[in-house]
Amino acid sequence: MSVNIVVPVKYVPDAQKQRTFREDLTVDRSDAILSELDEYPLEAALALREAAPEAEVTIVAVTVGPAAASGAVKKALQMGADAAFHVDDAALAGSDALGTSAALAAAIQHVGEEHGGVDLVLTGMASTDGEMSVVPPMLAERLDFALVTRAGTVEWGEERNGLALTRATADATQTVAVAFPAVVSVTDQANEPRYPNFKAIMAAKKKPSAVLTLADLGVDASTVGRDAAAASVQSATPRPPRAAGVKIQDEGEAGIQLAAYLAEQRLL
Amino acid sequence: MNVLVDLGHTTALRSPDREVLTLARTVAAGGTVSVLTHAPDAAGLAEELGGFDVAVLLAPQDAAPDLSLTDTALLDAALAESGATLVLGPNAAEVTDCFARLAVRHSAAIITDAVGVDADRTVTKSVLAGGYTTTVEPTTELAFVTVAPNAVAAGEAQGGQAPDVKPLAVSASGAAATVTGTQVAPASSRPKLTEARVVVVGGRGVGENFSLVEELADELGAAVGASRAAVDAGWAEHSAQVGQTGVTVSPQLYLCAGVSGAIQHRAGMQTSQTIVAVNKDENAQIFDIADYGVVGDLNKVLPQLIEALRERKG
Ligand SMILES: Cc1cc2nc3c(=O)[nH]c(=O)nc-3n(C[C@H](O)[C@H](O)[C@H](O)COP(=O)(O)OP(=O)(O)OC[C@H]3O[C@@H](n4cnc5c(N)ncnc54)[C@H](O)[C@@H]3O)c2cc1C
Ligand SMILES: Nc1ncnc2c1ncn2[C@@H]1O[C@H](COP(=O)(O)O)[C@@H](O)[C@H]1O
Repeated sequence: MSVNIVVPVKYVPDAQKQRTFREDLTVDRSDAILSELDEYPLEAALALREAAPEAEVTIVAVTVGPAAASGAVKKALQMGADAAFHVDDAALAGSDALGTSAALAAAIQHVGEEHGGVDLVLTGMASTDGEMSVVPPMLAERLDFALVTRAGTVEWGEERNGLALTRATADATQTVAVAFPAVVSVTDQANEPRYPNFKAIMAAKKKPSAVLTLADLGVDASTVGRDAAAASVQSATPRPPRAAGVKIQDEGEAGIQLAAYLAEQRLL
Repeated sequence: MNVLVDLGHTTALRSPDREVLTLARTVAAGGTVSVLTHAPDAAGLAEELGGFDVAVLLAPQDAAPDLSLTDTALLDAALAESGATLVLGPNAAEVTDCFARLAVRHSAAIITDAVGVDADRTVTKSVLAGGYTTTVEPTTELAFVTVAPNAVAAGEAQGGQAPDVKPLAVSASGAAATVTGTQVAPASSRPKLTEARVVVVGGRGVGENFSLVEELADELGAAVGASRAAVDAGWAEHSAQVGQTGVTVSPQLYLCAGVSGAIQHRAGMQTSQTIVAVNKDENAQIFDIADYGVVGDLNKVLPQLIEALRERKG
């Protein structure tokens, strides 16, 4: 028995730095990192592998993005993924989620052809730049896999031919059983992602990593990219910064002063 | 324009639902508004929908046996029934999941987290943790749009007739997960975080003594929120987390103590009307956006504030 897991990882601008739009109304990715929310599905995949060595888990990271996005798969390999694919094609520029998910789905099928099938796709709960949470359901739809979004815990199911999960809804916690093949998105509650150590960083350099074009994947270039986008960004305006207001130093009376402020603002 | 509103598994209207219904009524501008609920037994909901100019309430006969698959089929059936070119719903995972799947099936646009939608379907949204406002246009005949909470003022229901309930029968085939158990969170006597007029939030600086934050919240009739650091420490439930991977709040008063104001936290609270922060570090980022900042030890300031509030009440 072997289980093949694909983890789609996105290269995003670092939220700790100033994030801006470029003139073509796409987000500037020159100062980018592996989306922090994609470390959680990676960690979940690594934990599944470590919990059941006999399951013979293979973990493949896949990213769709320009040349710099290779940084995302590199980090994924350092964390412990076994192999990586990077879909890089000029025709993808300006793609919306429909275009991105089409390329990703084709890449996942490609992994399946190379590794004898894909059992599980573990994604982040959202990308930290787009924050749409739509790529996972789109992948389930395109691949005809079962879908579970926002899993808060991820464990093997009985027989190891699926997973046992929990997820939080607005007012309840659900336990969920899913059989492979499945797409599961994982929240930042699921685990504590590891930091790659020196040994892991060195080992990553020897792992297989390949760049694929749309032609390699058999995706028609006219179905992706800016011109094919179903949602077209018309404008992006920086928000005027919120002005800071009054700042007082506590000299023993700040609680009383604050109560007076709240009363004065009619907030009580 | 005909509009379809997907309320997810709603059986009784919550404020995000009323906000979406209000928006639908505005943008439909004479076209019909149809509503879909994924929960069977919709009679009570139909009563509540009277006054939102809803033409028909579509509802399944049975609860879905699976996760997402049957729900998506239901929405697809409702779509055919309604003739809608715009599908709106609250920004909840169960709704977004169905929208995204059908966007693929129908090659249609999907735009999430709208803070506004015009009659020509131009969507306004706030992105990059509130750093930018963008406008996005669907280029397809059909578009799916989820609406951010607290972005649109919910209109009052205006008299009106309860819509007819039309049962939808679907059979979905394909791979799906099954829900094997549901544990409903115990109801809190405090107001709901997303709907509260006042929210009191505690961060890492509060330490073990999180009840101080709860005490202040109760004094103000407020909901209790927490930063991720406070949730990770186990002082508050994850459902109380405010921010990028928690809930977005937009209350009249947001008061926090021991919160530094990281970008991921600000993403979930910066549209609050009045922001008050107590932090002992005068350089904490939260002060950049606070209307009223107190530089001081929360263990001194909060008890004194609670005392002062009690005195005011007399
Ligand atoms: C992908 C991602 C998603 C995230 N999502 C969220 C999210 O949804 N919500 C969220 O909140 N965070 C989120 N975070 C985490 C975020 O980056 C911060 O780490 C977190 O918000 C910090 O919480 P804090 O302000 O309570 O703690 P800290 O940053 O540690 O700040 C504690 C503050 O308390 C002050 N303090 C300490 N003692 C006292 C005292 N006695 N009196 C007064 N002040 C005191 C300190 O001066 C300090 O400013 C996310 C991070 C990532 C990477
Ligand atoms: N360009 C991309 N390349 C690889 N994975 C992606 C990409 N975009 C989105 N994903 C995956 O889909 C998840 C949700 O993204 P989103 O729908 O953009 O919020 C992310 O956490 C990733 O796992």
